[in-house]
Amino acid sequence: MDLFETFLNFDVLARTWPMLVKGLWLTLKLGVASILAGLVLGLILCLTRLYAIAPLRWLTRAYIDIFRSIPLLVLLIVVYYALPFVGVRLSAFVSAMAALTLVSGAYTAEIFRAGIEAVPKGQFEASAALGLNHRQTMTDVILPQSIRVVIPPLTNNSINVIKDTALASVVAMPDLLKQATQAQALTANPTPLIGAAAIYLAFLLPAVLLVSRLERRMNRGQV
Amino acid sequence: MAGYISIKNLQKYYGTFHALKGIDLEIAQGEVVCVIGPSGSGKSTLIRCINRLEPFSNDSAITVDGVPVVPGRSLAKVRAEVGMVFQNFNLFPHLTVRENIMLAPRRVRGTPRAEAQGLADRLLARVGLSEQGDKYPSGLSGGQQQRVAIARALAMEPQVLLFDEPTSALDPEMVGEVLDVMRDLARTGVTMVVVTHEMGFARQVADRVIFMDGGAVVEAAPPETLFSAPVEQRTRNFLHAVLDH
Repeated sequence: MDLFETFLNFDVLARTWPMLVKGLWLTLKLGVASILAGLVLGLILCLTRLYAIAPLRWLTRAYIDIFRSIPLLVLLIVVYYALPFVGVRLSAFVSAMAALTLVSGAYTAEIFRAGIEAVPKGQFEASAALGLNHRQTMTDVILPQSIRVVIPPLTNNSINVIKDTALASVVAMPDLLKQATQAQALTANPTPLIGAAAIYLAFLLPAVLLVSRLERRMNRGQV
Repeated sequence: MAGYISIKNLQKYYGTFHALKGIDLEIAQGEVVCVIGPSGSGKSTLIRCINRLEPFSNDSAITVDGVPVVPGRSLAKVRAEVGMVFQNFNLFPHLTVRENIMLAPRRVRGTPRAEAQGLADRLLARVGLSEQGDKYPSGLSGGQQQRVAIARALAMEPQVLLFDEPTSALDPEMVGEVLDVMRDLARTGVTMVVVTHEMGFARQVADRVIFMDGGAVVEAAPPETLFSAPVEQRTRNFLHAVLDH
């Protein structure tokens, strides 16, 4: 048996390429949408957790801890297969995006919190002494400084979200992985799977390298 | 008679530590008061209570120009009138020097950009930093940063300026330039409360010097009296320790 024939069959790859591209497109759409929604959710959660009245703070804290603990696959299956029993029927895309966003939001909230807490107390005091109110202090002084600190961990989290989109194939969403497994079944050849793996790598490996570079620069204090 | 800044029975606890033990102090408009004393005596805590950067207990009362320093609207009013200069400058590192000065007038007073810019440039000239407006704080020396911090506080045209050990974080050769700016300010009639270890400055510039120890005011007197004829033994010991070397 020829290894090349089996795993890197260019003929098979060429035939199934359009399927993979379609899957990639959906994967990217799902990933980007979930990352953006997770950022918004995370910022809201973080500010609530830090500055809201006590009961809301506890609730947010519980939310963050729960959604960082629950396996994404379990959450996804609950959303897609269990919610219909109470009348909530979501499409595969919406289910996957909901699950990814709920979890990404929890992680993002913790990243933002670390970013805000990394800003020295003196910055809050100087703002207060100048008469800035809380909202002005956050938007003009604190958050612009936090952004620099949170960019490496946020990029890291975004990589995780993109990787986790592959779980959506479990709820029959025709993402990159699902397309690849279908192409494999169709052609009775695993080359499309190798192709999909290569595509994931082509997108995510540069992102991983970027994060390490950002982190090294942060550690040298050059940001 | 109640002073421009009026402090009555100021009590402050950090947990069980009694940091301020019932301070009573009246400061007149335009008066320059220097607060001296050993570290941990509560002098920084005292001036941080005046604009309520430190919360204090409810049976204490501070008013500035008759406005009570309590959370809410009146605190916002007090903070707009009371400028503060910190030991570690606390400039905003992501903003240029000029933007540091413009921020509060623009956000708190709604001053138009062009006007705020003009104000910032006038203030920079006043503290001798006309050329530095476009730089970021990290590009300046400590003494320059502290002068920017003073300009930033002045941008709100405060009636009161609080200085929390403004020269303690500076290299010795930069202390003078900051004290010079403060000396000029003292002549403008602004009310100043200065926590400092610079005994020469206190002696020359203060209208009144307050010696604190153990969270209480031990002695308050004009500098000529306090430095040459202190009444309390604790004051004498402190002055002996800091001056006779």
